[in-house]
Amino acid sequence: MSDRIRAWMGPLLRWETGLALVVVIIGIVGASVSSQFFTSNNIFNLGLSYGEIAIMTLPMTLIVISGEIDLSVASILGMSSALLGYLWARHWPMLGIFLLVAVVGLAAGAINGLLVTRLGLPSLAVTIGTLAVYRGIATILLGPNTVANFPVTYTNLGVNAFPFTGNDLTYSAAIFIVLAIVFGIVLHATPFGRSVYAMGASVEAAQFAGIRVKRNKTILFMTSGLVCALAGVLLTFRLNTAVQNNGLGLELAVVAIVLLGGVSIFGGKGTVIGVVLGVLAFAGIQNALFLTDFNQEAAGIVTGALLLLSVFGRNAASFSSRLRQWRPARPGRGGGLRASTGQEPGNPAGITPP
Amino acid sequence: MSALVSQSERPPPPAPAGTGARKLTERAFRIRESGIIVVLVVFVAVTASVQPRFLNITNIQFILVNTTVFALLALGETMVVISRNYDLSVGSVLGLSAYLSASLFGGHPGFPIPLAFLAGLGIGLGCGMLNGIMVAAGRVPSLVVTLATLYIFRGTDILIVGGKEVVANSLPSAFLEIPKATVLGIPVLAIAIAVVIGIGAYYLRSFRSGRELYAMGSNPDAARLAGIPVGRRVFVAFTVSGAIAGVAGVLWAAQYGTIDSTAGTGYELQVISAVVVGGVAIFGGSGSAVGAALGALLLNTISSALYVLGISPFWNQAIFGFLLLLAITLDRFISVRLTAALRVRGARHE
Amino acid sequence: MQLRQTAGLAVPLVVASVLLAACSSSGSSSTSTSGGTSSSSASSSGAGGLKTGLKVFVIPKNLGNNYFTTADSSKSGGAIAALEALGETGTETSGTAATPASQIPAIQGAISKGANALIVSATDPTALCPTLNAAMKRGITVVTYDSDAPTCRDLFINQASTAQIGTSEVDVLAKQLNQTGDIAIVSATASATNQNAWIGYMKQELKKYPKMKLVSTVYGNDDPTTATQVTQGLLQQFPNLKGIISPTTVGIAAAAAVLDTPKYRGKIALTGLGTPDSLKKYVSDGTIKEFVLWKPNDLGFLAGYAAVQVASGKLNGSQGQKFTAGKLGSFTVGADKTVLLGPPFVFTSDNINQFDF
Repeated sequence: MSDRIRAWMGPLLRWETGLALVVVIIGIVGASVSSQFFTSNNIFNLGLSYGEIAIMTLPMTLIVISGEIDLSVASILGMSSALLGYLWARHWPMLGIFLLVAVVGLAAGAINGLLVTRLGLPSLAVTIGTLAVYRGIATILLGPNTVANFPVTYTNLGVNAFPFTGNDLTYSAAIFIVLAIVFGIVLHATPFGRSVYAMGASVEAAQFAGIRVKRNKTILFMTSGLVCALAGVLLTFRLNTAVQNNGLGLELAVVAIVLLGGVSIFGGKGTVIGVVLGVLAFAGIQNALFLTDFNQEAAGIVTGALLLLSVFGRNAASFSSRLRQWRPARPGRGGGLRASTGQEPGNPAGITPP
Repeated sequence: MSALVSQSERPPPPAPAGTGARKLTERAFRIRESGIIVVLVVFVAVTASVQPRFLNITNIQFILVNTTVFALLALGETMVVISRNYDLSVGSVLGLSAYLSASLFGGHPGFPIPLAFLAGLGIGLGCGMLNGIMVAAGRVPSLVVTLATLYIFRGTDILIVGGKEVVANSLPSAFLEIPKATVLGIPVLAIAIAVVIGIGAYYLRSFRSGRELYAMGSNPDAARLAGIPVGRRVFVAFTVSGAIAGVAGVLWAAQYGTIDSTAGTGYELQVISAVVVGGVAIFGGSGSAVGAALGALLLNTISSALYVLGISPFWNQAIFGFLLLLAITLDRFISVRLTAALRVRGARHE
Repeated sequence: MQLRQTAGLAVPLVVASVLLAACSSSGSSSTSTSGGTSSSSASSSGAGGLKTGLKVFVIPKNLGNNYFTTADSSKSGGAIAALEALGETGTETSGTAATPASQIPAIQGAISKGANALIVSATDPTALCPTLNAAMKRGITVVTYDSDAPTCRDLFINQASTAQIGTSEVDVLAKQLNQTGDIAIVSATASATNQNAWIGYMKQELKKYPKMKLVSTVYGNDDPTTATQVTQGLLQQFPNLKGIISPTTVGIAAAAAVLDTPKYRGKIALTGLGTPDSLKKYVSDGTIKEFVLWKPNDLGFLAGYAAVQVASGKLNGSQGQKFTAGKLGSFTVGADKTVLLGPPFVFTSDNINQFDF
């Protein structure tokens, strides 16, 4: 690994270490309160329930590190699921369906990317819009109908384990592991990956460094589209159901996991390892809560608390010192002069436009 | 999201009073707001020509009343977004407030209605203060904080409510009549909310603390260096947003009569859509409360139109999303032109 | 730097304490067992040859829904009351989103916790099947109630005959409208099994009333805002509308709130499926004259008994088998491995005050 990577990884590893400890603790506590926690059956079920969400967190990680966000991920999943059902009901061959779904996923991502890079629109607003558009397309495609007659060879991925690995690994978990390795290598060991960090830290500096920001960001969004389309296919086969509301609302969970994994919402920081640990923590906690009869209605509170911990834990040092300095402003005096704020890391020198 | 703060895309900061730049900026705001009105009028006209009953008095009353909750939420959200923050917890606060304040009636017959509103206000205030403290003092990104409180408040709501619900039978008739009362055919609620929005808009435009929110959204560093108490302003913005969501919750209860733990689910994205359609820049610094309220009105009108026209409801989502994209593209266009014009103007004044 | 490292360690500690607090505060009706993925680990025979000590999980479409709470809880005489009366342990569990993705982890959790039987109201007719089939393969009894998953359960407890639910609502409306007029349906989500089944029968029953016409079916998505808007849209789109049927508790409550004004009250008849509590106001002021439901607690009670019968090997779903369900009396299994609770119940202003669910 190059020195530059090591320099970035140094401070980051702090959060990932803490998170790894969290995962271990969840494992220990989970196992002690429920003998089912580490059973092959339970791990298999976890893989089934969280596989698609986990897969979607990977491209989201890169997008957030690059300084953008993609809230349309669950809608792309839903749209590809609806398309799969729509075409299957019209007797298209499965291979043709896969191809078209992949193309549509890429196109959806490309639209996101182009709107953000060519038109310069903020990704938060754009993807809220495309969230609605893509979900709308899913609804238009299927209407009130459900398609539920997929061939057993495909729906078996919701029932059988990945071959040659015993009974623990679901197909989606296996795909997640492979993709995590791929994304990890790309992010941490290729020039493209370095450009992702650079774009997140400062778009101008990245441009001056010769990085093709618009092209790279569009690639990121297209990758997200493709991966989410894949997740949609997996979900549809697992449930043996294509219906317009597949995946509804999952985008918040994906974002929450990515943030939990230590990726900074401002961009420029984060690791794939962190997000993998985030997936384990998120799934582990919810599962532990289910198995211990903890009031599942309150599971959301735990998710929210974890999320808060993830940002406060990172800011703990700066938080306490700032709290000491936070006083009501007197006229003519700011509430604590500082050269840099938490709100604009892309402009640490405070350079204002001409 | 550092790309959001890239220099070339940032909207122009509000210029000091008296210069032509300020007038130009104001004019841009007016243009944007009138733009929404134009779209609204065109939309209504087209729909009415196909289906004249769209414009009958009952339907207009329906649309206005339906909009009130969202317009209120849009007001609070505007204050937050202008300062370059986001409040994603508004839906959960609304739900919590709706149930808790409405359940006060069931437990105590004869409970005075204004007290229920105060209770809702208080609940929202508390939630908003929590958000405000974490964002202001903790200096953590509001998107993450309010995403977390979205989960936490909703989870608390579900814990408290469980499988229960407040039913219309337990609410005083006077309370349920609030959304139905009209004056000269105009719903009283719509008038009240319009007044509130007007006050909010006036505050944002004319009070120093209001204008400081714009400054904070445009350029947080410069704002800080200029002596603006950023932390305090942010805290107040979130507190107000929460309080408004709390009151909106009580109104929601009056409108629907039946409240369970799912009230307000999913409202946050709808409110942000309304705010963005209404011309508030998603990364702060520009936009108006009136515009946001108009955005909420536009979205509700479109919704109603689709149902009245009998267009398959399956098209709704796609149409909304498309409109949202259109709105932000338009805003970008205006903002770029405005920045260029101000730059030229600034150079001319050197 | 030191502070940050401490912070990094503080986080795991806080998480650990949250989890430990959760564990100590949990302690619902389920007993802890050791291991055991097979069923009937601690059961014995009770009265009538029924097993006792079974672990049964009741999994409604979602938690936080008043209808299901009534159907499931012990206090209201629902499923868990029946289970407890028979000496089993009953636990209610589910997600909060009424989608398969939200319900499946609960089903899997129940299986992991050593369930002997599952009582499920299916969020989707087919999406749960891989999970439910896997459960049945392990010898776990799967009984559906309220909403069916026809191809992957041992038994379905239907609240009333699907046909009767549909036809009774049309008949109620026909009576109020003197069998003449345009009507519309405000449904829930477009893909709900029970909704579409009932609507199918409604359309059939309408053929009996040639002067009544169904002009539109709209979907309120079980969300008050949407249900309100679609109802308002109907009123504008069809000025001659005389009646509305809303076979969903959220839909009928929302429609009633819209119609509860002097302009519409009594001019547009409203009926459908609703809980007495949520509709008391509208029945008392005349917005709704009659509406239909069944008693959800009886439905849950029957499901509880039926599940234990199946788990004890007394019932296998063949048509014609009989069993008793405590105070509800005796029941016979019908076609399609379905047990009917009884005819739908018609609520009116005369009897509505006797109920509090």
